[in-house]
Amino acid sequence: MSGLNKAAARRLRSNPAAVFALYAMLALAALALLGPWLNPNSIEALDWLHVATRPGLQGAHWFGTDRLGRDLFMRTLAGARVSIGVGLVASVVSLVVGLSFGAIAGYRGGRIDHLMLRMIEILSGLPLIFFVIVLTVVFGRNEYLLFVSIGAVGWLTMARIVRGQTLSIRRREYIEAAVASGASASRIIVKHVIPNLIGPVIVYATLSVPQIILFESFLSFLGLGVQEPHASLGTLIAEGAGEMESAPWILLVPGGVLALLLLCLNLFGDGLRDALDVKES
Amino acid sequence: MFRYFLSRLTGAIPTLFIIVTATFFLMRAAPGGPFDQEQALPPEIMANLESAYGLDRPIWTQFGRYLGALAHGDFGPSFKYKDFTVTELIRQGFPVTLELGLIALSLALSIGIPAGIFAALHHNSAADYATMSLAVLGLAIPTFVVLPFLGLLFGIYLHWLPIAGWEPGSIRHLALPTVALALPPLAYIARLTRGSMLEVLRSEFIRTAFAKGLPLRTVILRHALRPALVPVASYLVPAVASIMTGSLVVESIAGLPGIGRYLVQGALNRDYTLVLGMVIIYSTLLIGMGLLVDLLYAWLDPRVRP
Repeated sequence: MSGLNKAAARRLRSNPAAVFALYAMLALAALALLGPWLNPNSIEALDWLHVATRPGLQGAHWFGTDRLGRDLFMRTLAGARVSIGVGLVASVVSLVVGLSFGAIAGYRGGRIDHLMLRMIEILSGLPLIFFVIVLTVVFGRNEYLLFVSIGAVGWLTMARIVRGQTLSIRRREYIEAAVASGASASRIIVKHVIPNLIGPVIVYATLSVPQIILFESFLSFLGLGVQEPHASLGTLIAEGAGEMESAPWILLVPGGVLALLLLCLNLFGDGLRDALDVKES
Repeated sequence: MFRYFLSRLTGAIPTLFIIVTATFFLMRAAPGGPFDQEQALPPEIMANLESAYGLDRPIWTQFGRYLGALAHGDFGPSFKYKDFTVTELIRQGFPVTLELGLIALSLALSIGIPAGIFAALHHNSAADYATMSLAVLGLAIPTFVVLPFLGLLFGIYLHWLPIAGWEPGSIRHLALPTVALALPPLAYIARLTRGSMLEVLRSEFIRTAFAKGLPLRTVILRHALRPALVPVASYLVPAVASIMTGSLVVESIAGLPGIGRYLVQGALNRDYTLVLGMVIIYSTLLIGMGLLVDLLYAWLDPRVRP
């Protein structure tokens, strides 16, 4: 197993796009976390003397300011923090739910598997995104609900992948050996099944982070996610899109950061998939 | 085949019923109502309004009446757009949304598939890497970032195209929104086609076709393309869903008079019937697309024919 991991790590390192994406992502995350100490401006303070100023490294506002004189550098970094946080938390939620659901369905097999698979099929046939929109409107715009509803949409594909993998692992000799030595089903799932399907799970979880970030910023763009005065990349882009004729940087700064973040996450996920040799389903 | 199709068609009815029921009761569970305003209405007027729309009756009666009307194709009156029925609102806006979506989908297919074949035929060459890098870019950057960027470039700096607004039959006004809408599915289709084409090209019957001395063009178009398109066909439902979701933001950014704005606005306004109507339209489209994909499958891959 460790030999395989070493080979995978070597393949990953020899992929320039993935390496670049990893470093760019780490730099962006570090900037998002350390930003508040690099720049004296605050997220919400209004600087009436510098309303909608252009970006420039000489002035106080490196990325310029918005219509209300708020510092775009700080707001964009705050938005990036929200996006990265939502991406990580929601993908962990969908990972845990999808992994346990898929592993149980695949390992149990038979009737239970059939039932659980039907459930996944029905749910993925529904226009879930519209439900999420209705849900967020109905139950107030609360950020915890946002995590839950995004995770609720994300786990289906994960469950499907895990189930497929479990079905093939279940027939291996070492599982038979574990059953013969009297291990319980839950112990077999945790100790033998899950460690052996970790490759595709890591790949899919990595690739689901950008999708979740995209979804969160989409909801925020529509005004259903993070609310003022908090900033999310989606709300910043919505603001910027309204100002783009007179002050294009209000759009370009958060839009560029979101695009860069998503691009890097996708490139890294693709690199990981190639390195671990997981097939796209 | 026909019987299979018929059984799928009847299977769609319970799904739709579940969707309608879930949305109906979800909307009703929301705090607030359609007639809430900044200044509260006098209770008498409120009571009159509620009785006019049947909101004073027990919720199960309301649900039954709604289903009854729905069975006759009547979506009911809109609560917010006072003089309109939901059917009228949808009839006005739907052609715009449909045109936008259909152009975007055909753009995605007609560029994505050839791009994928091209990349597969030049496997591991610079052309392959370039195409696939562009595909990652198209996949990664969200529609609501792409469209304003395109507007900035082609509308404000170059003055080639209008950034927003709409005129009936004007393709210029639809150009940027459709391109923005088409990009993510286009990129995904290109990647799918490349992957499956690479796999098909390695198979025995393709080697046979080449061994017979057939030209490349014939091998690709007559032998390889059909099996290679199976994954693309199964992606069509998510593609339509992606275009629908995209149209929500694209219509609002570009100021198009489609039905995209009704879903979010309707839900915010507690316009129960409008939200239900929208959810039904979208679900029906998705389910219909699923049926179409089943038929396509059977045509593309004879092995799945029941």
